[in-house]
Amino acid sequence: MSLKFHCLLLCTLLAASGCSSMGVKPWEREQLAREDMLMDADALDLAFDEHIYFSKEASSGGQGFAGGGCGCN
Amino acid sequence: MRMILLLLLLAVTPLKAEIYNINQLDLSNYQGKVVYLDFWASWCKPCQKSFPWMNQLLVKYPAEKFTVITVNLDAESDAMHHFLSKVKADFDIFHDPSGRIAEEFKVEGMPTSYLIDASGKVVKKHIGFYTRKVDKYEREIEELL
Repeated sequence: MSLKFHCLLLCTLLAASGCSSMGVKPWEREQLAREDMLMDADALDLAFDEHIYFSKEASSGGQGFAGGGCGCN
Repeated sequence: MRMILLLLLLAVTPLKAEIYNINQLDLSNYQGKVVYLDFWASWCKPCQKSFPWMNQLLVKYPAEKFTVITVNLDAESDAMHHFLSKVKADFDIFHDPSGRIAEEFKVEGMPTSYLIDASGKVVKKHIGFYTRKVDKYEREIEELL
């Protein structure tokens, strides 16, 4: 019983510590701040994606430009 | 006359930033002076805003009592040099590409600055730079001088 409990405790601690070093440090945000990391960095690429999305879903938007969703445009 | 000319030349020659490796940073060298230690990076807009103010501080307060030291945290030194070609810096810059010193100082945001008193103790920490708080920052410095 005691062994089981200790094993469980150890596993819980190990699992919990997995989240301890998540995220980037403030000074590491450089890469995220790059313009090509934006969702809509490449206008042509975005237009293609939007076109496919619109064709499949009969809706558009939600990716950084106004409007969309009603399927009426 | 020659001496006066030389002094005049020195007075009008702008101070220039020196860039050092982070391993060369030894804060004990600055004991006896109040130090404004600032952590910045080229991609950080508020950092850019703080530069003219930090230049001004060096003019406003006597050099024997006060100095500004900054630590650049760009992973690529090219980004830092490009930034410095556009933005004037009159203070020494220590390049810390791995963020070793930033880790030590527990930098929580960009920019983060520390006010260190003459004995070498960190007395204030500012996360971010706000132009509306400039008066407060200066008051804090003046209290230590």
